[in-house]
Amino acid sequence: MPVEVRVPTILRTYTGGEKVVTAEGASLADVIADLESNHPGIGERLLDESGLRRFVNIYVNDEDVRFLDGLGSVISDGDSITILPAVAGG
Amino acid sequence: MRYDSLLDSVGHTPLVGLPRLSPSPEVRLWAKLEDRNPTGSVKDRAALAMIEQAERDGLIRPGSTLLEPTSGNTGISLAMVAKQRGYQLVCVMPENTSAERTQLLTMWGARIITSPAAGGSNEAVRVAKEVALEHPEWVMLYQYGNPANALAHFDSTGPELLADLPTITHFVAGLGTTGTLMGVGRYFRETKPGVQIVAAEPRYGELVYGLRNLDEGFIPELYDESLLTTRFSVGPRDAVRRMRELLEVEGIFAGVSTGAILHAALGMAAKAVKAGEAADIAFIVCDGGWKYLSTGAYEGTLDDAEDALDGQLWA
Repeated sequence: MPVEVRVPTILRTYTGGEKVVTAEGASLADVIADLESNHPGIGERLLDESGLRRFVNIYVNDEDVRFLDGLGSVISDGDSITILPAVAGG
Repeated sequence: MRYDSLLDSVGHTPLVGLPRLSPSPEVRLWAKLEDRNPTGSVKDRAALAMIEQAERDGLIRPGSTLLEPTSGNTGISLAMVAKQRGYQLVCVMPENTSAERTQLLTMWGARIITSPAAGGSNEAVRVAKEVALEHPEWVMLYQYGNPANALAHFDSTGPELLADLPTITHFVAGLGTTGTLMGVGRYFRETKPGVQIVAAEPRYGELVYGLRNLDEGFIPELYDESLLTTRFSVGPRDAVRRMRELLEVEGIFAGVSTGAILHAALGMAAKAVKAGEAADIAFIVCDGGWKYLSTGAYEGTLDDAEDALDGQLWA
């Protein structure tokens, strides 16, 4: 089941400039693994040995995955995934 | 209500019900009208608290110069308090904020240093830290890491909410410095731990995320993830749609960031309805729409507004 993944400008060097790519997987970890197989190098920018990198935010249907099940978050057909760097507001 | 001075009137804002936007008599929405503060935004609480704390700590005295990175509202609030108390203020502000903010800051006597649009508030923080090194005699209150920012909400916003709405189940606010959510979140963790604390984070256009690398990302020092129940990213289209709906249905004229917060609040309301649970959901109206009229958010179609806001710091 493919889902759409929105990729921030800073990671588009890995997706050939594409803003939105498709990926498959039953969990967020699976989706990232699938992204890595199609866009080598991107996985390492999102994850480190402890999990999701500190300045990377990933949202499933606009909800921050850190408040879902993190990398174990269940992904269903038609979900939208957005990757964004953490930036300052205020 | 009578107060001895303008500064004494900060806070004590009304909490108003939204009978038409609330999905049912059991699931109710409540708007905390922070636009009723002296400069018209929630930031008056944090600005006053940070300045008073700096005075108590002996960091500033009349004639001192304050320096602050701000996309607008905090700067305007600091400028108002600084003028009353005899301080100078220098604001570092991204160039992609609305014209009204610059005009207001100037009227209240602040000097403005602009930071590049690309990178948004991240850049403002970076530039302000550089300026601070060049001017060691200036005092940076630093809203992103100043405990007095969150404490203002622990001491005032939280208790006001609980007093006005003892049955509160959810609190929804914007995530910028994180001060409002951290202060109110901590207050409810101590007084009514079941209250869900929900963050609505504005999702800007791509320009704002224009980092050179991911290690330049920024998380405010005040942020403590454990105080939040969940966190939503809300784009300009949903924010503008809800901001217009709030005016159309309930008559409240709010800024765009309030639309983003209302979007998250309505999402929580829909969940409560689906679960068959009663809910009293309070959310923050950060400011009125006045400062954003020039942005294009208030006219034309949603597509027009979305295009107009692209690349702007609308929250």
